[in-house]
Amino acid sequence: MSVPAGSPQPAASARSPPQLGGAAALGATAAAPAGPGATPPQQNGPAQNPVPVLPGYGLPSQSYLAPSGAGKMTSLPLGGQCGSYYPGLYAVPSSSVGTPPTANHPGAPQVFGRAAPVPPAMGPTPGSLHGAVPPAPHLHTSASQPYPAFVNHYNSPAMYSASSPVASQGFPSTCGHYVMPAVSNAACASVSYPSLPAGDPYGQHMFTSQNAPAGRPLREPSLSGPKPATSHLSPLPPAPPAPPQQYHQQQSVSGFNTLSWSAAGLPPAQDNLSRNHTGSLVTTNNNPPSTGFLSAVADSLSCPVVQNAQPPKSSPVVSTAFSGTSSTRTTPPAATHPAEPVASVPQPPELLQQKGMQFGDYVNNRASSAPTPLSSTSDDEEEEEEDEEAGVDSSSTTSSASPMPNSYDALEGGCYPDMLSSSASSPAPDPVPEPDPTPALTTSQSSKIAKPFGYGYPTLQPGYQNATPPLTSGAQPSNTVYPGFQQYAQQYPAVNQLSSSLGGLSLQSSPPPESLRPVNLTQERNILPPTPVWAPVPNLNLDLKKLNCSPDSFRCTLTNIPQTQALLNKAKLPLGLLLHPFRDLTQLPVITSNTIVRCRSCRTYINPFVSFIDQRRWKCNLCYRVNDVPEEFMYNPLTRSYGEPHKRPEVQNATVEFIASSDYMLRPPQPAVYLFVLDVSHNAVEAGYLKILCQSLLENLDKLPGDSRTRIGFITFDSTIHFYNLQEGLSQPQMLIVSDIDDVFLPTPDSLLVNLYESKELIKDLLNALPNMFTNTRETHSALGPALQAAFKLMSPTGGRVSVFQTQLPSLGAGLLQSREDPNQRSSTKVVQHLGPATDFYKKLALDCSGQQTAVDLFLLSSQYSDLASLACMSKYSAGCVYYYPSFHTTHNPSQAEKLQKDLKRYFTRKIGFEAVMRIRCTKGLSMHTFHGNFFVRSTDLLSLANINPDAGFAVQLSIEESLADTSLVCFQTALLYTSSKGERRIRVHTLCLPVVNSLADVYAGADVQAAICLLANMAVDRSISSSLSDARDALVNAVVDSLSAYGSTVPHLQHSGLMAPTSLRLFPLYVLALLKQKAFRTGTSTRLDDRVYAMCQIKCQPLVHLMKMIHPNLYRIDRLTDEGAVHVNDRVVPQPPLQKLSAEKLTREGALLMDCGSVFYIWIGKGCDNNFIEDVLGFPDFASIPQKMSHLPELGTLSSERARSFITWLKENRPLSPILHVVKDESPAKMEFFQHLIEDRTEAALSYYEFLLHIHQQICK
Amino acid sequence: MEAVVFVFSLIDCCVLIFLSVYFIITLSDLECDYINARACCSKLNKWVIPELVGHTVVTALMLISLHWFIFLLNLPVATWNIYRFITVPSGNMGVFDPTEIHNRGQLKSHMKEAMIKLGFHLLCFFMYLYSMILALIND
Repeated sequence: MSVPAGSPQPAASARSPPQLGGAAALGATAAAPAGPGATPPQQNGPAQNPVPVLPGYGLPSQSYLAPSGAGKMTSLPLGGQCGSYYPGLYAVPSSSVGTPPTANHPGAPQVFGRAAPVPPAMGPTPGSLHGAVPPAPHLHTSASQPYPAFVNHYNSPAMYSASSPVASQGFPSTCGHYVMPAVSNAACASVSYPSLPAGDPYGQHMFTSQNAPAGRPLREPSLSGPKPATSHLSPLPPAPPAPPQQYHQQQSVSGFNTLSWSAAGLPPAQDNLSRNHTGSLVTTNNNPPSTGFLSAVADSLSCPVVQNAQPPKSSPVVSTAFSGTSSTRTTPPAATHPAEPVASVPQPPELLQQKGMQFGDYVNNRASSAPTPLSSTSDDEEEEEEDEEAGVDSSSTTSSASPMPNSYDALEGGCYPDMLSSSASSPAPDPVPEPDPTPALTTSQSSKIAKPFGYGYPTLQPGYQNATPPLTSGAQPSNTVYPGFQQYAQQYPAVNQLSSSLGGLSLQSSPPPESLRPVNLTQERNILPPTPVWAPVPNLNLDLKKLNCSPDSFRCTLTNIPQTQALLNKAKLPLGLLLHPFRDLTQLPVITSNTIVRCRSCRTYINPFVSFIDQRRWKCNLCYRVNDVPEEFMYNPLTRSYGEPHKRPEVQNATVEFIASSDYMLRPPQPAVYLFVLDVSHNAVEAGYLKILCQSLLENLDKLPGDSRTRIGFITFDSTIHFYNLQEGLSQPQMLIVSDIDDVFLPTPDSLLVNLYESKELIKDLLNALPNMFTNTRETHSALGPALQAAFKLMSPTGGRVSVFQTQLPSLGAGLLQSREDPNQRSSTKVVQHLGPATDFYKKLALDCSGQQTAVDLFLLSSQYSDLASLACMSKYSAGCVYYYPSFHTTHNPSQAEKLQKDLKRYFTRKIGFEAVMRIRCTKGLSMHTFHGNFFVRSTDLLSLANINPDAGFAVQLSIEESLADTSLVCFQTALLYTSSKGERRIRVHTLCLPVVNSLADVYAGADVQAAICLLANMAVDRSISSSLSDARDALVNAVVDSLSAYGSTVPHLQHSGLMAPTSLRLFPLYVLALLKQKAFRTGTSTRLDDRVYAMCQIKCQPLVHLMKMIHPNLYRIDRLTDEGAVHVNDRVVPQPPLQKLSAEKLTREGALLMDCGSVFYIWIGKGCDNNFIEDVLGFPDFASIPQKMSHLPELGTLSSERARSFITWLKENRPLSPILHVVKDESPAKMEFFQHLIEDRTEAALSYYEFLLHIHQQICK
Repeated sequence: MEAVVFVFSLIDCCVLIFLSVYFIITLSDLECDYINARACCSKLNKWVIPELVGHTVVTALMLISLHWFIFLLNLPVATWNIYRFITVPSGNMGVFDPTEIHNRGQLKSHMKEAMIKLGFHLLCFFMYLYSMILALIND
């Protein structure tokens, strides 16, 4: 019972709500379980009795047809749009300039999708307690409504859900039990109407299959349920309403076992009845195809849908939803391939050479594949990767399929000519490819001799020769510089033949590899390019380049992988991957398929870089095992053609998402569960965050990702823990106080987490009341630890997300912390202590949570030291995230308050995945040894992520265990298996393909300096926690010194002319200097311990894009913005001013500069700044009248104001943390904040950039 | 008396050998993914102190009974055990921390350490056996 504002509450005593309310509550709770009290029969009722359900079925499907039509209509014009959209998205890095505005939308549609169901949900709920049918219509409407909304947001993705008669989706065909419905299904599939005739068998079958999983979770709580209830009796004797309530509670628990899946007991089963669209459930597939299908698609991807009913009865059925136009997807390869015959068509030499390399690859792979068994049945009992990721052994189901070499030529057609040319001669597994009449032959032969690398980069050789002379000005004989190449050239005459056979193409004139041009760093004054730095593109064959994963999601520090660990050691560069796996994507092919095709031995998902040996077999690109192509994979739902497995969307996209079958579940997909644990001590109330939080939650309540099962709960704590009973039927929320913090228990385990839609009014009441409930509290203690234990207990049956808001050092109960910071040491240059946690309480708790699929997100809003180092552990190991608002106060620090508000909005509405695991696989020979990010490493390559959010980044360090000499390409694959907020099990797969090189020069040519810096930053954080900060700093400097001196030794004659670096690494020293001056690693400048630790947390869990801005801010001059080079985003013109280097020399007195530091923007106004600018943009007459604290740009109608604002808005878009803006006047004291980011300048504690270079040079020469 | 010392050392050494083998088995289980890191670490951390005590007792016994050579032989290992135990950061869950064991090749180094200890204890075993027999004969 919520205690309204003002009623002072005695602390630390078990309190009870007023009698009356309590009685009401009592009745309510008694009533609530009463319905379900009779449940055991009722629960099964619908299952055994399909009749009442069918109407529920028929009805929505009727209402369905209309929206599906609408979807069709709307998507038609879009097809054209996405055609033009697509190339930009994948090919050019600059396209990401265009993406930000739209990139946000995957969050947004969720929002809409969720907004839609609300009104209908409200209808049925108040009246009926646990009606079986009501959810159905609401669900269907939810699926249908979104379309119009999405049209705006999704320009591109059109969904091709071709087919769907669904043979036996999800069931292995061996499963006799399921055969019946499957067959009947197929029979009805020919009926292209979505709903009816087959209704009966479906309904029935669905229930039976659904009951099995539903039964499991229900059993567990029966054990745990009564326990808390009984323990409740003793500590709370004075609470008058409690005992009877418990009694009922207990009864309800024992009789009914409500709690596990959802408060309402039935919904899981019911939902699944009605929610036939959850594609991941087995039952789904038995439903009328188009209904289930369409809604699954609309639900999940929320984009316009074109549905193609697939008529053939006999053909094996694949149902694939695919966003993006099929035509655009498929045409590029088709267009490029015809140009293949190598010698005949004049093509840019690079391309040709790369093709050559490609041939080698295929041939080579073939050769190495030969010894491997084709499909030995002995592998059947392969250890499945952690049951969750087990999945159907897809290949095994169809392993009987025989290879069809005869039809092979026709089938492969012009599409994979490289492959064809090498393997067409010997369709059977033949270790030695026979001679071929094509030019490719020469290469294939040479590859047979030994390694394919000699010609792997033949183009580069002349390129390098060209590159060196102009720079060194001494005509250095190339063979001394690059002996390796010369050697190979001699060793492989075939390559020379090939190049000579290319005739007039004149390889010598090919452009030099820009990335390898030596740069004299000490002489280059403007090292920073005027445009943002893009990720280097791996030097691959054009086709592969096009297919490769976007660098935004998946990046490697070396885009040319060295062949051996020895070579990597020589290069002295870190090797690792930077991942952003759950990034908001505007375009994502979603595949619904009966069998997810995976390698039988290493469980790799089929991807664009596998090779098809013939029509029936494909070779895994990670372990080189030859697998069978399952029968249904032969059918391509996009082109509706048979026998083109290489044109399936899985093989055409490096990033795909599969809807997983029940094999990928340990338990039924969990509902979205959100629990808020709020600090309401005096300190917290003083800071006033509650108001912002409640307000924000109220606004976004409907947009919380989830379905009809979404549950929500609240716990507040000071020195006691307060629970809120929000059980549907209560007249107002009921507060239950537990003062026994040494042994926390849940007063009413099943009414604390309530269904969001059923108890919405109560939740709203609570949120409105909360900010005022504790205004007069004098409680200064904070029992965070016990509150977290309670949260864990509350969440453990389901899992979900716990959001903890904390404003001070926990001072009571388990997990209490002492202040460890010595303010005098803040600017110490020697030792920075206490970077690690003080206690293992939070770590243990996090691991417990992680085991129960619960993630803890920490919002720390403190004004003093709160030992973030210890507190952050709760998020670090449970895959949560940490937000930190130093000196937060609603009125005194409005910019922080605004930031919190914006961050919360994003936090509430962004996508979320539950009970996730991520596995990273890489080609045999490579191995991962260290992971960075927020997660728990459950086994060597399996990351357990209780939650996954779109703002989480990960890093992995790699080592080369075996020589990669027998391959020319390596691949990395991350598979993220998660439960979407709609209760679907999904797998998002990214695959990255990189070439292998064997010369040091090539390794340097492919270095990705930004990725390397981010990986180094992660490593440095680890080092500073495990060893010391100064060690970490030394290691960072050594990384530059070592790599540059190693580079110098590859070009010996350059050594004395200055500090040389390859172009690819020219920013390396600058970025390392930036890291050294970053809050996390700086010394000598006063840095609060929490700030430092937070910066470290950020480094560990931010994705690369955001991290780079944090490390090296972008500086722009904004007082003279022009439309020159501007980009157009959503009808807005966004000016693109050039980047300025981070030095005070760029701060002209007449200018105004904008610094983008990721989470904060500074606008620096020079003293002599043009009054026009000040007036037009800032809205003040002159410099003197600008206030000291200004955090907004006024909306003025002037052109320069519009430009400035559109530029800033553009920068702000798509950030996990919404940046706050500070206008800094040249003379204001706040300018120190700004100046500390000018990392190229000298400060009292750190070197300037030039000095740093000299220092490095000195180190190298030593 | 001498015999009693060595009989005790022998028994203690046997226990330590078994512990080393147990460590190796559990770690290799983790390596092969048969158990998860959490279970593995809680299993192993339980035995860190017994191992440390067991070995320190033998070392101290050797010092008391004035077997200098054996004492000096045992000293480095005992010191290492104690050092490792003391230097565990306050936030870690013991010598074996589930959140770190997969990082930076820790698993491998733990494995190596367990192997070396096994070898060492085997060596000691035979030494004690020899000494014990010698002592029994002398008695």
